[in-house]
Formats: sequence, structure tokens, C-alpha cells
Amino acid sequence: MSFSLPSPLESAPGARVRAVRDPFHGDLLEVSMGPHHPSTHGVFRMNVTLDGETVVKLKPVFGYLHRNHEKIGENASYLGSMPYTDRLDYLCSMTNNWAYALAVERLSGQTVPERAEYLRVILAELTRLLNHTCFAGFILQDCGASGTPLMYAFREREKILDLFESLSGSRMMCNFQRFGGCRADATPEWLEAARALVDGYGEFEELLTGNEILMARTQGVGRLPAKLAVGAGITGPMLRASGVGYDLRKVDGYGVYPRLDFRVPVGADGDTYDRYMVRVLEMRESIKILRQALGTLPGGPVMDPKARLRGFRAKPGEVYSRIEGPKGEIGFFLISDGGPNPYRYRVRPPSFINLTVLEDLCLGHSIADTVVILGSIDIVLGEVDR
Amino acid sequence: MRDPATPTAETPTSAERDELRRQGILLTSIEEIYNWGRSRSVWPLQFGLACCAIEMIAASMARFDIARFGSEVFRPSPRQADLLIVSGTVTKKMAPQVVRLWNQMPEPKFCFAMGACAISGGPFKQGYNVLKGIDRYIPVDIYIPGCPPRPEALLHALMQLQEKIRGQRLTGPSAPPHLQAGAACDCPVPAFGGHDLEPPKNPALWQPPVLVRKEGA
Amino acid sequence: METPDQIRDRLLARFPGASVAVVANPGPAAQHSLLLGSGEARAMAEFLRDSPGLRLDFCSNVTGVDWLDREVTDVASKTIPDPAGGPPKLVEQRTKRLQPGYLEVVYHLYSVELRHGPVVLRLRTGNRSDRVAVPSLTPVWRSCEFQEREVFDLFGVVFDGHPDLRRILMWDEFKDHPMRKDYVEPDDYEWEPTPHADVLAKARRHYPAAAPAAKEEPAP
Repeated sequence: MSFSLPSPLESAPGARVRAVRDPFHGDLLEVSMGPHHPSTHGVFRMNVTLDGETVVKLKPVFGYLHRNHEKIGENASYLGSMPYTDRLDYLCSMTNNWAYALAVERLSGQTVPERAEYLRVILAELTRLLNHTCFAGFILQDCGASGTPLMYAFREREKILDLFESLSGSRMMCNFQRFGGCRADATPEWLEAARALVDGYGEFEELLTGNEILMARTQGVGRLPAKLAVGAGITGPMLRASGVGYDLRKVDGYGVYPRLDFRVPVGADGDTYDRYMVRVLEMRESIKILRQALGTLPGGPVMDPKARLRGFRAKPGEVYSRIEGPKGEIGFFLISDGGPNPYRYRVRPPSFINLTVLEDLCLGHSIADTVVILGSIDIVLGEVDR
Repeated sequence: MRDPATPTAETPTSAERDELRRQGILLTSIEEIYNWGRSRSVWPLQFGLACCAIEMIAASMARFDIARFGSEVFRPSPRQADLLIVSGTVTKKMAPQVVRLWNQMPEPKFCFAMGACAISGGPFKQGYNVLKGIDRYIPVDIYIPGCPPRPEALLHALMQLQEKIRGQRLTGPSAPPHLQAGAACDCPVPAFGGHDLEPPKNPALWQPPVLVRKEGA
Repeated sequence: METPDQIRDRLLARFPGASVAVVANPGPAAQHSLLLGSGEARAMAEFLRDSPGLRLDFCSNVTGVDWLDREVTDVASKTIPDPAGGPPKLVEQRTKRLQPGYLEVVYHLYSVELRHGPVVLRLRTGNRSDRVAVPSLTPVWRSCEFQEREVFDLFGVVFDGHPDLRRILMWDEFKDHPMRKDYVEPDDYEWEPTPHADVLAKARRHYPAAAPAAKEEPAP
């Protein structure tokens, strides 16, 4: 048997690839990591070809959670698809809802009252906090800190889930946004509880940021060059860690983000540690945004009085609309033919497209690094496979 | 062996047993102690498919704490696990792997269908790649409804499983499969066909319900 | 940011004789798109990526769309002189024709460098049965790699020049293209409590109605 290294992809700079034609090294070993694997963040499979412990080839296999969300979207009404958007990136249901509601509002030319825009921003930033906290817990789990950081992460997550549950009725699958606003208004008690949570947030990541083992495991691992990132369609914290300051909250300026003052953290090296640190810094910026939004929330209705939910029909046309979700650019492409259901309903999944460069990042690293790199991409299979 | 469920004049009542226990004397049967030990140390498999997996992880975290029920460790290997919690949608692409994992688990083993998707396909039921319920291929002990069920619902299901284990008789025809000589333990693994899984269901385990529709309905 | 008409003119100036047309998008969003012919699509895509004014270096989204055979009404109006000597009449002539179906791939492009977008490209196949090939834009934008594989898997569009064109979401032995509008699912219907709409039609097919005296009894 003879093997050769894969040709068309260049190794990322900093990766060490050993020659295979060495009398001491025998055959290459092909390992299927997944679909049942403790560290693959769901039912994700990687066919990894190893030379000893070094990865020489990696082919991801998708589809183990393909739930034909887009076909269901064609058969359900516009509003009927809203609960399904919760189940895309199931950690961040509020931002998925907002992305879809924004797409339908742009398709039909609806406006949203100001209080609803502020409430959407508050919920989106709470979701970002929740997601990045869970990310920190999961990536440390992948590094081998079995369970303890995840316990802390989920403790913080439970506080935010309590807020979501009292506002929308459900911990995870909130189904909260509607075309023209939000489903329910936030009471003063809820806003007070949100302020208290925001003021008390932050102890969790202080324990981790200067940790030597985390730095040793993640610095220099999985470097992503900026040019490759942009060409491969990478978005979100992974793109910003590679040095490209492209954040849709600033670039597109949707919602009331142009009125809020926050910075966009950008990394220098593009390695796993930068991806981790960018998310930690984004958490701090989210807390800043939350303080401003909670402080300047105006009164008024949360639902456009002219909005019609039952029997909603959009005029014929199409739209592609996107927002900055916690994992990247989540977009919806809708084609309407004037009927009650969309003709084509498409989700642009950030996690799926961020995995384009998985092989490039992992080549030359050891198999233990593969798990950490996958964790740093921060995928959720509901979004990858839809 | 005398059946402890039917008290006779010679069998101590539970009040008498409590009195003895307070004096430091434990009077029990092998069956009770065996089942008590088994039910208090059910180790689940680290197997999360979709959204319900996050609630399963939340059930194992500090707030809901599945560890106090004995499920301290979620084993990554099926060879070491007792309980398969199918949490999330089982797609047709994933179904053969689920059945293989089930086959690799040694007896005694149990299965939860957590969430609407694992019970019957859930909200994604009308789907070309969605298996309409994992009980089409493997036997399920407890069904947990919800989308997703709260972590407390998972804990309630675990308590129900503990009651079920404690009620198992070790001898006789209703003994659990691992104590029956010659009981079949492997479920057939479906194969990928051109349009669907082959077979689309395991007829020994699941049949579609037989209904007669009212005229005009 | 240039309008689609201006981009079309630039493309025609650079690639004279190429097939470029603006497809208008009705509705408030007004995201008009450019329909490119398959012949020079990849060269035009590289031009869009590298041209200094556009620098569309980021392909955000690749979507497949299935258009079945549709009946299209062409309206032609002409004036007919009034034989009685009055003012000429405007008569509309409506002709219906059958537009054969095709598969379409829609690309949404943005520029990270110049912070503008979206520019929407469309590629269409010849028909839905045997002429289903379009050029792949993966050599131009790497982000199309997995998304074009998905369009191949679910719609059946063959992308010429894709480095690794195989199924991505369904298993390899699967034969159909499930997102097409005429896909028929395998029939494994089972009872559910509240069937409605097309699910009710499936329920009726599976469970034929009995004689009027029979009652509905769900099995335990």
C-alpha cells in the first residue's frame, strides 16, 4: 500500500508536516472520529488520516442531524417556521428568531417599534453572553478539564435561562420574535433582574484567561490566515480572531446598534487562543451594550399595531438578510411567490461554512489538537446540518 | 424461595424490618439488595444528538445534578454504559449508528427516548431524513415528552427507571434479559438504501397502529 | 456601491458578447440580481472578485432553487384603428406559453475590504433532467465548496470544476434529490392525532374509511 499527502490545500503557516516516506513509520491510520464522540459537539464525523499522532488528512462528514429544515420551511407558513428557527442553533434561539423575523420584515417592508428593537438587542446580547460562556466551558472540556469549567459555565447559563423563561415561557426554544416586533413585553421586574445579572456577570472567565495550561494548549494551534478566512466565507469571532474587523453589527448597522457604543475585538494571530480571547472580549463588550440598552430602553408598544400575523402573506420578491449571531453571520434567503408559504426558504448557517477550513487548520497538528481546534470553531450541529 | 411480596406469619412486616434496622440489623432479600444497587448506579452513555442533549447536559450540571441519583459519570464508551438516552432527533443517516451503539452496550441496558423527536420524529416528523421514533429499531423503556423536556423531566424519568429496576424479579419468566439464558441481545442494524433505510422498521419491535377511520373524517 | 445595471455594463465592457442580464426583484427589498450565462461565469466571477471598484471577496451564501415548468402569460398591447372613425383602441393580447423548468443557483456576494454588498448572481441550468451542469465558483470563492456540494446533493445540479463533488448531507447510496419540488417521500406514514392539510391527505390514503357503523379506536 502506498499513501501520499493531500495536494491541493496548503498547510496553514506554523504547521509541521513530517514526511511519510520514512522507514520507521509504517502505514497511515485512518480513524473515524464520530459521529458518536464525546468531543465533537454533536453528531459530527471526521475521517482523520494519521501518521502516528499527526493529522495528514481530514475529511468531515455531515448530515447526521439533517432534519430537512428547509423543506419544512417550504411547507409551513412564514410564522409556522419561527419555532423551527429556534432549533437551528439550539443554544442561541433568540438570535435565530431575530434573523428570520428581520428577513421577513425586509421582504414585506414592515417596520418595528423602537422598544422592540431595543428589546431585541438586549436579548441578542444576552444570547451572545450565554453562547460564549458555553463556548468557554466546552473548549476547556475539550482540552481535558473534565467537567469543572463546564459546571461554572452552565451555572451562568442557568441565570440567563431563567430570564428567558420568565419572558418567553421556555428556557431554550423561545420562539419570541414576530414579524413586526416581539411577542411579549418585558416587565419592570424583568428589566431589574436583567440589570442585576449584567452587573454580576464576569467572575467565570477570570478563572480561565490567564491559565497556563489553556495557553499552552491553544497558542500557536490552528492558525487561520486572514486571506483564507475571507475567501472561505468565515464569519463571526473566528474571522475577527484572524485580524479582520468585520462585524455585521457595525458594517450593516441593523437594529439600534448604530446608537450604542461598543468596540469590536480583533485578534492578531488567528490561532485558537485568539479565537478564545476574542470571545471573552466580546462578552465584555456585550455587557457594555446591555448596560446601555437597559438604561435607554424607551417605552411604547413592542409590536407594530399594523402587523398582521394570521394569514400573513408577503408580496412576491426575494430577500437575503443577515445578522451577527454569536457564531457568525446567520442569514435567511427567502423567495416569496405571494402565497402563505415561502417558495424557497434558505438558512445561511455560520457553523457549516466555518467548517470549510477545518482541514487546513488541523493539518500537521496532533489529533488532540484537532479536538481543540474543532472546539474553537464553535459549531452547533443543528445549524451545520439543518 | 418464599415470595417476599406475600407476607405470611413468618415473614417480618416492614414495620418490624424498620425496627430491626434501627437496631442495626438489616433484613432483606438478595433480590432487593441487588436491585437497589443496580438502580442507584445507572451510568448513562455520553450520547447527545440535538437540542435535548443540551438539557441532558444541564441535568448533569450543578443546578439539577443527576449525580445524586447515581449517574455521576456519563461514559463515553458504550461498553461501560447502562443507559442510552436518545436525546434529539434520530435521522435516518444516524439510525444505524444508534442501533450499533445499542448492540455494543452490555446487558443490563435501558433506553430513554428523550424529547418528541426521539419518541416519534417530533416537529421534524414530515421529513425525508428523519426517523419517526427510535423505537422503530430499539426497545425503549421510558419515553420523555417535551421539546425539549426540562431537566427535571429527565430526572423524573430516571426515578421511574429506578422504580422499574427495583420491581424486577430475578428469577422466573419475567427476569431481566441478562439473567435469562439464550435471550437475544442484538437488534438488526438497518442499511442505507436508495430511497430509505432498509428495513424501514424492525417488525419485531414496532408495528404501526391499526386504526379504523370514521366515515367522513 | 454600484447598481446592478452599472455592474452589468462593466461586465459587458470587459467580456463583450457574454450573457449578462439584470433580473429585477419585485417587492420592497429591491435586491436585484445578475443572471450570468454559464459560458464565462467563472471568468466574470474572478473579475468581480478582483476588480478594484468592486473587490467582492466574500461569497456569503449559495442557494439552489427549483423552478418547475410554469405557465407564463405574455401581454402584448397594440392599437387598432376604430373602423367607425373614432379614436384608436388599445387592445391587449395575452398569450400563454409554457416556460420549461430549470434549476437555479443564487450567489450572494459581499466585499469585506470595501464594506459593501450584496451583489446577487444567478446561474441557471438548461433544464431539470439532463442539462443540469453549471460552472463551479469554488475556485473563485472557497466558501462555495460545501454549499455547492449541498446544492448538488439536494437539487442535483452538477458543478463543473468543483474539487470534490459528492453528497454532503444525505448518505452516499441515496438516489433522489430531496429538495426538488417533485420529490416524493418514502411512504412510512403512521397515525398522528391531528392530521391537517396535506398530512390529512396522507392519513386518508393510509387509513381508508370503514363502513359507517365502525368507530375510531386507536390501538393501545
